[in-house]
Amino acid sequence: MLESKSVIGDGLVHDSAAAHVSGSARYVDDLPQLENLLHIAIGASPVAHGRIRCIDLSEVSRSEGVVDIMLAEDIPGNADIGPVFAGDPLLAGDTVEFVGQPVFAVLATSLQKARQAVTKAQLDIEPLQAMLDLETAIEAKHFVRPPHRMSRGDAESAIADADLKIDNSFHVGGQEHFYLEGQVSLAIAEDDERIKVYASTQNPTETQVLVARVLDVPMHRIEVITRRMGGGFGGKETQSTAWSCLAALFAHKHHCAVSCRLSRADDMRMTGKRHAFFNRYCAGFSPQGQLQGIRYELAADCGYSADLSDAIVDRAMFHSDNAYFLPHVQIDGLRCKSNTVSHTAFRGFGGPQGMIAMETVMDEIAFHAAMDPLDVRKKNLYQPGRHDLTPYYQRVEHFPLADMIEQLEVQSDYRQRRQNIDRFNNQNPTIKKGIALTPVKFGISFTVSHLNQAGALVHLYSDGSIHLNHGGTEMGQGLMIKVAQIVASVFSVDLERIQISSTSTDKVPNTSPTAASSGTDLNGMAAFNAAVEIRSRLVAHLSETYSVSPDIITFANNRIKVDTESIAFDDAARSAWLARVPLSATGYYATPKIHYDRSRARGHPFLYYAYGCAVSEVAIDTLTGESRCLRVDILHDVGNSVNRAIDIGQIEGGFVQGMGWLTSEEVLWDASGRLITDGPATYKIPAIGDTPEIFNVSLLENIPNAEETIHRSKAVGEPPLMLAISVWCAIRDAIVSATGRAHFPQLNAPATPEEVLSCINRTRRSE
Amino acid sequence: MQFLLQDELIDLSHNDQGITADTTVLDYLRLSRRLTGTKEGCASGDCGACTAVVSEVGEDGLRYSAINSCITFLGELHGKQLITVEHLRSNNTLHPVQAAMVRHHGSQCGFCTPGFVMSLFAMKKASDQSECGNQRQKILKSLSGNLCRCTGYQPIIEAGKEVLEDTTADQFDSSADDTRKRLAALPAATRSGHPFFRPRSLQQLDQLIDENPDAPLVAGGTDLALEVTQKLVSYPSMISLSRVAELRTIEESDHFVAFGAAVQLETLQVYAESHWPDLAALLDRFGSRQVRFSGTLGGNLGTASPIGDLPPVLMALNTDLILHGSGRQRQVSINDFFTGYRKTRLETGEIIQAIRIPKLKSNQQLYIHKISKRRDDDISAICMAMWVEFSGTQPDTKINAVRIACGGMAEVPKRARHIEEALTAETWSMRAVEKAKTAVRKDYQPISDARASAEYRLNVAENLLIRCYLQSVPDSGIVDIDHA
Repeated sequence: MLESKSVIGDGLVHDSAAAHVSGSARYVDDLPQLENLLHIAIGASPVAHGRIRCIDLSEVSRSEGVVDIMLAEDIPGNADIGPVFAGDPLLAGDTVEFVGQPVFAVLATSLQKARQAVTKAQLDIEPLQAMLDLETAIEAKHFVRPPHRMSRGDAESAIADADLKIDNSFHVGGQEHFYLEGQVSLAIAEDDERIKVYASTQNPTETQVLVARVLDVPMHRIEVITRRMGGGFGGKETQSTAWSCLAALFAHKHHCAVSCRLSRADDMRMTGKRHAFFNRYCAGFSPQGQLQGIRYELAADCGYSADLSDAIVDRAMFHSDNAYFLPHVQIDGLRCKSNTVSHTAFRGFGGPQGMIAMETVMDEIAFHAAMDPLDVRKKNLYQPGRHDLTPYYQRVEHFPLADMIEQLEVQSDYRQRRQNIDRFNNQNPTIKKGIALTPVKFGISFTVSHLNQAGALVHLYSDGSIHLNHGGTEMGQGLMIKVAQIVASVFSVDLERIQISSTSTDKVPNTSPTAASSGTDLNGMAAFNAAVEIRSRLVAHLSETYSVSPDIITFANNRIKVDTESIAFDDAARSAWLARVPLSATGYYATPKIHYDRSRARGHPFLYYAYGCAVSEVAIDTLTGESRCLRVDILHDVGNSVNRAIDIGQIEGGFVQGMGWLTSEEVLWDASGRLITDGPATYKIPAIGDTPEIFNVSLLENIPNAEETIHRSKAVGEPPLMLAISVWCAIRDAIVSATGRAHFPQLNAPATPEEVLSCINRTRRSE
Repeated sequence: MQFLLQDELIDLSHNDQGITADTTVLDYLRLSRRLTGTKEGCASGDCGACTAVVSEVGEDGLRYSAINSCITFLGELHGKQLITVEHLRSNNTLHPVQAAMVRHHGSQCGFCTPGFVMSLFAMKKASDQSECGNQRQKILKSLSGNLCRCTGYQPIIEAGKEVLEDTTADQFDSSADDTRKRLAALPAATRSGHPFFRPRSLQQLDQLIDENPDAPLVAGGTDLALEVTQKLVSYPSMISLSRVAELRTIEESDHFVAFGAAVQLETLQVYAESHWPDLAALLDRFGSRQVRFSGTLGGNLGTASPIGDLPPVLMALNTDLILHGSGRQRQVSINDFFTGYRKTRLETGEIIQAIRIPKLKSNQQLYIHKISKRRDDDISAICMAMWVEFSGTQPDTKINAVRIACGGMAEVPKRARHIEEALTAETWSMRAVEKAKTAVRKDYQPISDARASAEYRLNVAENLLIRCYLQSVPDSGIVDIDHA
């Protein structure tokens, strides 16, 4: 029935692009200010673990401009804002569990005054023993959630029987989100005890739930609105809610408007990061590089509370096979507790930390089998119908990766470049080059099944213009334009007819966070369903009016063809309205086919997999450990692209973000548990000079998603981040050239200059 | 004070609108004017989301510079034109820079975008002013202080290429004459009710320092502003050095170039290209473009940071500093200038007037190595500078004299006396360098911090000596990773 798909697949620009470049795209802090707007600053714990003896805020309350102060005991409702499990107090009660944990909040007439007042607090805290080291926490079994195991076959025996074995471990660092727009929320007290919250959040519904919880009012009193975020990356999935709660509490109490915007330093100290992992593995393989059995222990530093860590470590486990068939496998996932901020969702959601373990194993097998790592990777890939069972018993049915790798190998001239690099390395004792091709297979769906649902609301107005709303949020990923394209294609109208609107909890209720790369899959399908509902009402109306069969009514180019007549779309809308046809519809979508029995660690948690592969070439300086990424070639699978430009943007951006995670971005705490990389002066995300000079990105063409997703597209938000593992593996490849074939260089992530030099020294010393 | 906000004359001498001496340009824009297109990403001059452009009357027309508005004091705008992202559209049409960013999908979340647009705009306006290098390098250099977390930069680089290729005039070109005349007509006020002082001579400066002993001196302010935005310090009055005529001079002789202390780092780079090419290369990685437009030589030395990048270089070159204190002048070698953590020989009321940097003779070499986690816009874990004088012009000859200094290795920028001693009078060879390496640990006992561990710093200092040697001999292969 869809006649025109002209708006699908094109490289249409982001709906807000013109507003972005003009400075007219509004973020929460840019909204017109209401009179008497008040501002919050937050007082935080200076110790990593301790019992609060006394909080003396007398100087704070006397400070200029201070209106009010809030402590845990002043919260009328439930002060625990844990998203899944309890354990995240909005303000600390008796004990503090990390440096930077919010203890009190100050309301003042300006942000500057609120921040100055906070510095005058006297906190008397009795220090308690703090857990600040991941390996110690593993040893002590100091967990926020119980360990979980996945297994298939008999890994132990398979390893024991194998000709060759490896037994190794490495650290993977965390990552600060560094969204350019920090955490911010604006709450406005309205009539009838209602609160309206403008929040920079990936999760308006969760914000609504928690604001209602801390205020002890029903959800219907709270309306949360999100037009756009200045970046999210997972950092505004659960950890954006506290600031809305504080703003709402004060707004409710003083019946006014309250803004809560964190300074960059507070944002970095008070919100969680990507989990650091300590990965251990033990594997058995053949001299030809065939993996036979493997045992993993993937241990995450979760920080002081559970937050989303159960699901994050699960996803690390789900991806510790990456693209390879593991004949016998056992995976243990540990959720360790430390006295640091609670670590949280970050693009990939644990997947990258699991996947990098597998890619390390591939490199180490290749090293011992004296093979090109690419050949070992190819040898161990899943093979549908033969070697296709994952460690969690989902079958890998559609697997274009083998072909994709072949294509990229040729396209990127991998073999020739490998030879050139060898020649270069022979001629240059100081600078060494390395190259690696690594694949990505990423499971798409929330592994928590109930989140795989979405709603949309579409209105067709009598002038033929269309209002679009859905539960997904815009954080820069281009969700709004993609969903608008989908709706425009249903009606075969120009995109200009579709009005994108803010995500709002009073338009579409009970939504899931915009996360897990699911935005378009879920909301696009919900909006599609809503639009199809309205279109079918239009068809029914026209079929009746013109006494023709509905089958011959078609939509194309802003017109509807009814038999021999062609009606302008606006005229049809008006005629339907006059005929009292309802022109508003909700749409709903729940992902089919997925199921998972966590108690048995078996099931079909993912509707499908998204695939990609990348070749990266790097150079390292063996005197200093500095590295540069020289060239990157990517081939990525987005099924049928809904918007090529947006998809390529996700791929390039995700790749560079992943490269930052694995090279220059280092999250560091001092011995007292204080974050010492608490600003962009010490925490280094990639700058423009880090962009690879040669950066070729291509999409896998003409292979639609085998599953019935929206326009047979595939999710693209997270998977490309993991393509950057190729950079990290290429750095190791260069280190091998510097240190020789005797010992495998066990590289930790991030491969900062210091880590690279240290790895070279360690590897050389073991000789 | 008076300045142009695009074409609107702003006069803050009579109407203060809650403005204080330490108000930043960003706070003025966002809080006083509610011009919210300019964003706050970090309030510390590290991300560039707040980038705005300042134009001022230069020798040949208007000179445009990108600034971090979050660490620029409003008072510095006196007599200049401030242009923000809101001013780029004309007649409801996107400026070519904006159109290029849209066309190449240069924005995703959009929050960093206004800053990128303004840096690209400044690049375009400055594109025929004293710039060399290829197109890509020009773009990377112009945008080195703008962080984007979404795009991976590739589309922004593409937009930058289009901007450089576009030659059409914009509304700023057509109004340039008018703007120049209006700016020239603004009074050169030294004092107003607004206690951000802008003396125009050393004599005026001396008097102001005398009358306002607690007012901090602003020499670019890229470091001082952090006290305000990060540590919440209030300064009721400030004294800017940017207009003091004697501090803006550049004098060149056969043996040295003497820079006034208020000369910007961006200007130093122009001279460095011809006299100290390694310093020019270092300056490419010094802070960001925005910081180099504001930051000054005197500021970088006066702040006495142990990790500043200029001090080790100037120490290796045995630079003399001309100090000025009410009515008297004295000369101090930079090698005697730093006395402790953020402490210098400057006495109360005394300032750095000029920095006299010796030129290199044909038998002298300067090697500079900066190591940081990120190539651009990062603070050094270690910055080493080595100046060597050979007995002849061949590199394998004897070392007559050598000076080595490092930043990031001690509480002050510090000379490596033991290494120097080990190398002096030796033949320049790998053997000599290997031997000298062992002295690194005598000269330095660095600390571990967020940038690197003590052990790494020591290890790299040793290896950088080797790199200096390898750089000087032809058969060592590629030793510079940026040429890999």
